[in-house]
Amino acid sequence: MKIRAQFALVFNLDKCIGCHTCSVTCKNVWTNRKGVEYVWFNNVESKPGIGYPKEWENQEKWQGGWTKINGKLELKAGGRLKKIIQIFANPNMPQIDDYYEPFTYDHARLQNAPLSEAAPTARPISLITGEKMDKITWGPNWEDDLAGEFHKRAKDQNFSNMEKEMYKEFQNTFHLYLPRICNHCINPACVASCPSGAMYKREEDGIVLADQDRCRGWRMCISGCPYKKVFFNWESSKAEKCIGCYPRVESGLPTICSESCVGRIRYNGIILYDADKVLDAASTENDQDLYKAHLDMFVDPFDPKVIAQAKADGIPQSWIEAAQKSPIYKMAVDWKIAFPLHPEFRTLPMVWYVPPLSPVQSQIDQKKLPTESDGCIPKAEAMRLPVKYLANLMTAGKEEYIVSALNRLIAMRSYMRSIHVEGTPDTRPLVAAGLTEAQAKDMYRYLAIANYEDRFVIPTSQQEMQIEDYHGFQGQNGFTFGNDSSAGISANSLFPERRKETIEPRELAPFAAPRDY
Amino acid sequence: MNLSKIVFSIYPYIVLTVFIVGSWIRYDNEQYTWKTDSSMLLSKSNMVFASNFFHIGILSIFGGHFAGLVLPHALWLAFGVSDIQHQWLAISAGSVFGLMCLIGGSVLWLRRMFNPRIRAASRYMDIFILSWLMVTLLLGLSTIPVSVGHANHADPGAMLALSGWVQSILTLNPKPELLDNVDTVFKVHMVFGMTVFLLFPFSRLVHIWTAPFNYLGRSYQVVRAKRRA
Repeated sequence: MKIRAQFALVFNLDKCIGCHTCSVTCKNVWTNRKGVEYVWFNNVESKPGIGYPKEWENQEKWQGGWTKINGKLELKAGGRLKKIIQIFANPNMPQIDDYYEPFTYDHARLQNAPLSEAAPTARPISLITGEKMDKITWGPNWEDDLAGEFHKRAKDQNFSNMEKEMYKEFQNTFHLYLPRICNHCINPACVASCPSGAMYKREEDGIVLADQDRCRGWRMCISGCPYKKVFFNWESSKAEKCIGCYPRVESGLPTICSESCVGRIRYNGIILYDADKVLDAASTENDQDLYKAHLDMFVDPFDPKVIAQAKADGIPQSWIEAAQKSPIYKMAVDWKIAFPLHPEFRTLPMVWYVPPLSPVQSQIDQKKLPTESDGCIPKAEAMRLPVKYLANLMTAGKEEYIVSALNRLIAMRSYMRSIHVEGTPDTRPLVAAGLTEAQAKDMYRYLAIANYEDRFVIPTSQQEMQIEDYHGFQGQNGFTFGNDSSAGISANSLFPERRKETIEPRELAPFAAPRDY
Repeated sequence: MNLSKIVFSIYPYIVLTVFIVGSWIRYDNEQYTWKTDSSMLLSKSNMVFASNFFHIGILSIFGGHFAGLVLPHALWLAFGVSDIQHQWLAISAGSVFGLMCLIGGSVLWLRRMFNPRIRAASRYMDIFILSWLMVTLLLGLSTIPVSVGHANHADPGAMLALSGWVQSILTLNPKPELLDNVDTVFKVHMVFGMTVFLLFPFSRLVHIWTAPFNYLGRSYQVVRAKRRA
């Protein structure tokens, strides 16, 4: 057993209203620069839809993620030798139009145009060439709220094994928002695809980063990531990706997308897992068993053996305590209401999702839906959102996990309704869903109230305890734009190396003795 | 000292010094600028074909020049390759890979000049270095008819003079007089070729230094700890 800590997130889709506040704050903080105008580290997709970039879930098209070849786990796009052979031109590389050509508008024209019969227009201008564009044909979130024709969004991979034609009918239409960021996977395909070794996972918190200095722009990570969450900065020609807001997280703050979420749908926390199980879990034979294998990697932070091993593996006490209070552990392991996105990509993603219920109140009122014993809360299978679709999204198509989670969410509602409306607790739905009263009350507190301190349990990085030369990293907490390791860090430098490590007394200075004045 | 002497006995050392020291300084201090500068994201059409043709062509040409000019003459004879066989080998391999490089490179050059996105995203050096490589390549290809002429008269003299000169430079004993009887087209090609090395540290060509062969032996996952080992 080797215990590692992972900074993980859960997004409660049941409460996402698709307001894009997360996307906009993230954009303003991290990708509001030349070369990454088209890049959204965080985006919110309307599902069903083909998403951003187009059809990112279709791995027959992009060859992202992992697959099993002769019983062995291998990158879907091919192994190391194939990558080297394809290095002059990665055939699976998306083109910027698969995201969208970044544009602005000629706003000045509205004020400067000479007097004319027709009102002046602000034509779109390409942010790459600076030329006027005839027509914008695709953009970020082009399919917002099911915009466009059904046959276009029906290309959604999650429909692949479904009778989708019936969802074309207006009365059967369904819709959910899917906010997406980098999943900071435990078995990241982008890291494995990088020929330079520039992409890496941090040992301390599992955040996956692209080293801006080491990146040479071989662009294998771009296609290697099955979620298409590594982007190519066309100005710097380097890979850039969601950095998990590590400068904030190291200081104990939630990511900016989580902090700004008005629906309080985002949870940040620590989860402990057994690093010795990674390869076996990712190599699970059947796609539909991957979720279970992923779940089995997580260890109980209250188990004394786990705590002893975690300490031996260098995890600070404050992190173990955070893991015990982790909202992620509660939702994923205790309540089993959160699921990874597309486990079949075999990257062991660490942003998990609580599946959405669908509001169907008017149908209940008209007594058109089968309900639970209270006559008010509909049955999971009778919801507007097809369980099959959710299962394709989160459990590689296995419906029983999703039904169980939806039932638990409904049971909690039914139970809380009985307390608040009837005045007498009705535990029948809880028993049916396999929940205790205490669990249901906890779920209510975390999901419905969702206080800040419950949603975000993030220990500070405690670098002063972990790094031998902690002053050596002073000033490096923030984000840099490269040449960060300049002047004398490489082994064979032309220039004088850095002097010895910072001189600091290793023992703490004694506290000043109290004095009489 | 005439111009030819300066160009073929002093210039090579300036070039080599700038090439090595310049690359070293850039590697030390400008890691962020050390990259392939791929533009595939902006326009992918024909790239798989053109980029492969260009790269395989140019790397093979470099390998051919190295084998023919830098490897000792005795080695070739020891392999049982006579001088005139060597020359025909050079002519045929040079033609094949030169043509490959020319086809791929032309597509890349046209793309860089006339694709509005690529042109807009190009730095001055991106256009200049590709154009320079293409001129050098065309000059190199135009030496082939001359070489064929020599080979038809069973005269490997020019080839031996060229490799003798390269080896004299690399052994720090420059003999520019070896080139006295070499055709002008070779000399012009050589000046352009040497200058590629002079431009090398200041262009995107530096990515060749960091060709990622170590990927072949690396484990897939990379984990970094802030704690130093």
